Amino acid sequence: MIAEIGLAVLWMAAALAVLQLFAGFSALRPGGKALAGVVRPLAVMQGVLVAISFLALIDLFLETDLSVKLVAANSHSMKPFIFKLAGTWGNHEGSMLLWITIMAVSGGVVALVEKRLREDTLIATLAGQAFVSLGFYAFLLLSSNPFERLPEPAPEGQGLNPLLQDIGLAFHPPTLYVGYVGLSVAFSFAIGALITRDVGPAFARAMRPWVLGAWIFLTVGITAGSYWAYYTLGWGGWWFWDPVENASLMPWLAATALLHSCSVLASRNALRAWTVMLGVIAFSMSMVGTFLVRSGILTSVHAFAVDPERGSFILALLAIYIGGALALFGIRASTVTEGERFSLFSREASLVFNNVMLCGILGIVLLGTLYPLMTEAFGAKVSVGPPYFNPVSAIFAIPMMLMMGVGPLLRWRKDKPSRITAMVAVPALLVALVLLAIVLMFPSIRVLPMLGIAVGAGLAVASWLPLKGRNLRRTPLSVWGMVVAHCGLGVALLGAASESAFSTERLAAMNVGDTQSVGPIALKLEKIEPVAGPNWTAIEATVSASYKGGGAVTLHPQARTFTSPPGERTESALYTRWNGQLYAVLGNEGDDGRWQMRFWWKPFVPLLWLGGLLVAFGGLLALIGRVAQDVKRLRVGDKIAFRKTRQDMLK
Amino acid sequence: MSEQPPKRSGIAIWLPLALFGAFFALVIWGLYRPADREVASAFIGKPLPQFNLPAATKERPGLTTAAMTTGKPRLLNVFASWCVPCAVEAPQLEALRQQGVEIDGVAIRDRKADLDRFLATYGNPFARIGKDDLSEVQLGIGSSGVPETFVIDGKGVIRHQHIGEIRPEDVPMILEKLKEAQS
Repeated sequence: MIAEIGLAVLWMAAALAVLQLFAGFSALRPGGKALAGVVRPLAVMQGVLVAISFLALIDLFLETDLSVKLVAANSHSMKPFIFKLAGTWGNHEGSMLLWITIMAVSGGVVALVEKRLREDTLIATLAGQAFVSLGFYAFLLLSSNPFERLPEPAPEGQGLNPLLQDIGLAFHPPTLYVGYVGLSVAFSFAIGALITRDVGPAFARAMRPWVLGAWIFLTVGITAGSYWAYYTLGWGGWWFWDPVENASLMPWLAATALLHSCSVLASRNALRAWTVMLGVIAFSMSMVGTFLVRSGILTSVHAFAVDPERGSFILALLAIYIGGALALFGIRASTVTEGERFSLFSREASLVFNNVMLCGILGIVLLGTLYPLMTEAFGAKVSVGPPYFNPVSAIFAIPMMLMMGVGPLLRWRKDKPSRITAMVAVPALLVALVLLAIVLMFPSIRVLPMLGIAVGAGLAVASWLPLKGRNLRRTPLSVWGMVVAHCGLGVALLGAASESAFSTERLAAMNVGDTQSVGPIALKLEKIEPVAGPNWTAIEATVSASYKGGGAVTLHPQARTFTSPPGERTESALYTRWNGQLYAVLGNEGDDGRWQMRFWWKPFVPLLWLGGLLVAFGGLLALIGRVAQDVKRLRVGDKIAFRKTRQDMLK
Repeated sequence: MSEQPPKRSGIAIWLPLALFGAFFALVIWGLYRPADREVASAFIGKPLPQFNLPAATKERPGLTTAAMTTGKPRLLNVFASWCVPCAVEAPQLEALRQQGVEIDGVAIRDRKADLDRFLATYGNPFARIGKDDLSEVQLGIGSSGVPETFVIDGKGVIRHQHIGEIRPEDVPMILEKLKEAQS
């Protein structure tokens, strides 16, 4: 019964989306005003219905209703509660339903709370949102119905694969999803504003919280994904420029650029066409990323859930939405009037500079990701890796980070260099000193990590300068957010560069009782013994490690052999200190009975993920600040309106 | 500095759409190109993982790792009844069997009734057929599609991976690989 309700409600929601689309577009035509009033309620209702449908699916998974095909294939009655719950979206159909749910609920929230935007622009936005979601409804209802029943209930579910019962795997994909789908709202706003030729500060203010929210989720998703790859893949690396990783990085880069140009448009009414363009590009990158991952068109270490048919479908949606939006941009861009002007030395100009740098990085990542496919079209097989991505992205990233130290100090519209020289001198001096110190102390270090450490340290300090001369209690939360996020990026860069510059590696064949050392850590192989888990057996090493002669800690790296499904995996062991991390991997037994052990000492590498979280936390502060500001403005506006009507009545 | 020149040039505005068009053309080509992805398998030289697959059909027993390490090289064919190229390679597998090659099969995501019909129509050269509904063993030996054929030596070590159907002209090569695995 629950499954039937879920499906029926989903069909109804799709029908409402059709209505929302047509009512919206009719309302925008001359003489269609009568329909304008129904668009908001339709969007809210659609959101409610889809949410009910998703709750129905969650219920089926929690109850383990084995008469439902999706549950039987992906769940199991003995699974822990949290994995039953996560199982709801841990499959193709469920994740598509989650996608639509987030989209429809966001649309409903926009319809409920958005009061600043011109009404016709809002209606166009909601119609656009309905148009985008219809493609996904079609996909879900016509080819991947999550509520399909089995002819007879299965005796037990097939989803008790402990390999997939990983808390990271359970929550990492939906985190990125929320980010992707949040960008769809920004996309709809951009379409709405293009249709009604209403690209202005109100549009930017309406769009900004959605972009910020999506960006926070993307930041957390990428940071967590990078840490997950670091500890599970067992290679000691944290970013591989793999197509799947690039697929999550590209929307983030576009969203970062959008976020900043949105701020310029909101406060200065400049960069109009640019902001609209980025709104389209950010969501395009989400869809391009989803397409690249799901279609299996590129070879990737993560490629296991690929299906060319689904790839074709996503590609068709991509062509309709992105092609359509870019065509609309082409037609309408010439009518988007130029915004406010600004001088070459102003905060706007610095933001434009960094936007161009971000788009440059986006371009080279996209190019590098697609390059193997392009050369294959001409008959050559190549793979593109860190030797291309690292230096080429640094060409854009390093000037960008230098500018990040200066830009927030500048005034809007026009500023004089002499006003900020004294302030900038401090971090600039720091960068120079760090550079000098590194060159003197570690002459063998490569150029990129050296620049990374100097610029990262400079940025981490310079990012606090905008607070100088401000009353800290009265500083808006959004400024704090910017400071924290910029500082976080500096910290992350510092961690990454330090890892790349100072990591030491030790590969050793060890007998039990042997000692080794890596960096400041002394190691001893205490014992090797077999252990067993639910569906695996493993050889486990016990290693004691002590930092500079201090107290010893024990680590347990394993080499696991899985029985169902069969496979082998190394489980690395980590020992984290504030100033670095020990990474231990157990390899094979050699012919002479000694064990291959691999150790890394990575100074300051935890800063990398700490920095990522700081960036996300900064975003969160800014979001809270902006929303609180909006609520306050709304209240004041309501009060004024109330007084006005009262006065009118008194008259 | 102004945001853009007051008069926008016509071409720049259409540039994003043109780039998207190029991207679209590229991936359409990529999506429908003939599936030729010859990547040297990382599983060559590795022993088979430990598995125990139930029988996919009543006529043949299931497949275990132990049953495949008999001291004599053999073929492991990954196939499915729903796979057209698998039907195409059936005569070649039959020819190999007639030359004394032992062949084991792994049926991927298959239904019993369909499988029986497939074997009745195209012949059954297999000594054993394991049922792999979740592609577990398939992924465990580094196979990403059907059909694929592996040469396994007498100790259960993977010696060769053939991606795609075995065509008549491939048969001598397969026999050669089996011979190499003997030594």
